Amino acid sequence: MIPDWKIWTVIAGLAVVTYLIRFSFIGLLAGRRIPAGMTRALGFVPVAVLPALIAPIVLSAGDGSLSADPQRIITAMIALAAGAATRNVLAALVAGLATFLVLGATGL
Amino acid sequence: MDQRPDQTAMQAATVTRHGFGAGLLAALPVLLAVAPFGLIFGILAVEAGLEITQTMAMSSVVIAGASQLAALQLLTEHAPALIAILTGAVVNLRMAMYSASIAVHWQSTPMHWRMLAAIVLTDQSYALSIQRYRRHPGESLGDRLGFFFGVGSLTCCVWILATYLGATLGNRIPPGWGLDFVVPITFIAIVAPMLRGRANLLAAAVAATLAVLLSGLPYGMGLLVAAAAGIEAGFLVPTAKEHNQ
Repeated sequence: MIPDWKIWTVIAGLAVVTYLIRFSFIGLLAGRRIPAGMTRALGFVPVAVLPALIAPIVLSAGDGSLSADPQRIITAMIALAAGAATRNVLAALVAGLATFLVLGATGL
Repeated sequence: MDQRPDQTAMQAATVTRHGFGAGLLAALPVLLAVAPFGLIFGILAVEAGLEITQTMAMSSVVIAGASQLAALQLLTEHAPALIAILTGAVVNLRMAMYSASIAVHWQSTPMHWRMLAAIVLTDQSYALSIQRYRRHPGESLGDRLGFFFGVGSLTCCVWILATYLGATLGNRIPPGWGLDFVVPITFIAIVAPMLRGRANLLAAAVAATLAVLLSGLPYGMGLLVAAAAGIEAGFLVPTAKEHNQ
């Protein structure tokens, strides 16, 4: 059970911070140029943050310890391969979900 | 740089119906990508124990799927609220780049339009608008803003609606379906198409490896450290330009 106050705090906090990020150069710093180095660093944000979120979940047993669950690992590999090959988010999503369901149903 | 708003541009800065209509039309194909993620978020949020009101509130005021899923993931792992907010914020940092890039096309736009625009600045509204501005460089400011608001309002409405459908659907799915693994699948689907070139691959590899090694750190802090290291690693790879010099 996640406490209510915590959920509302996260909703409000994330909303405010996200709005400020969006408003940054449109409004707060309007007319200022973003330094070239910062643009480049920001470009790496999604490709660093998302894998950092993904990897421990793929390799976790759910209780904090690491484990190699074939269903999770194979699903991750297939979704990754589908996304890299097609460059299409939806194709990767469908491939990943289908693999996970099929492996789950066959009891792997 | 000249920052004085000039009079003619001020007058033209009324969002036009023509631009808005073009934006609505251009947004139609991307709704195919927005709706499934809204559904998924709605289902997962309710499964994680959020009420429908909380789920709807989150999609309506944050309007950024990946960060919502990230925050949700950390909430279910019982990380502190601050860490959940911070992680969601880091996921959304890319929007500062969108903000800087699109602001160049909105010079002399009145502040109230800028404040409204910031609400609906998303991956979709940014990408489609920039594409449009490059193809139609002569368009008036009003048309440009109209287009952006057309894409932004439609995609956000569909995002919120899809979340609602997902949340009501999620309420009927019994717990224990192993839906927790849908979050990483969703993230993999988002990131896999971006993994182009050595720098991006290195950033991803460093971040993923460190995140696993540091997964024992309390409060999900390993994630933030790993992400920072990944960004740094990608940044240190020389760009093609520097390489040829």
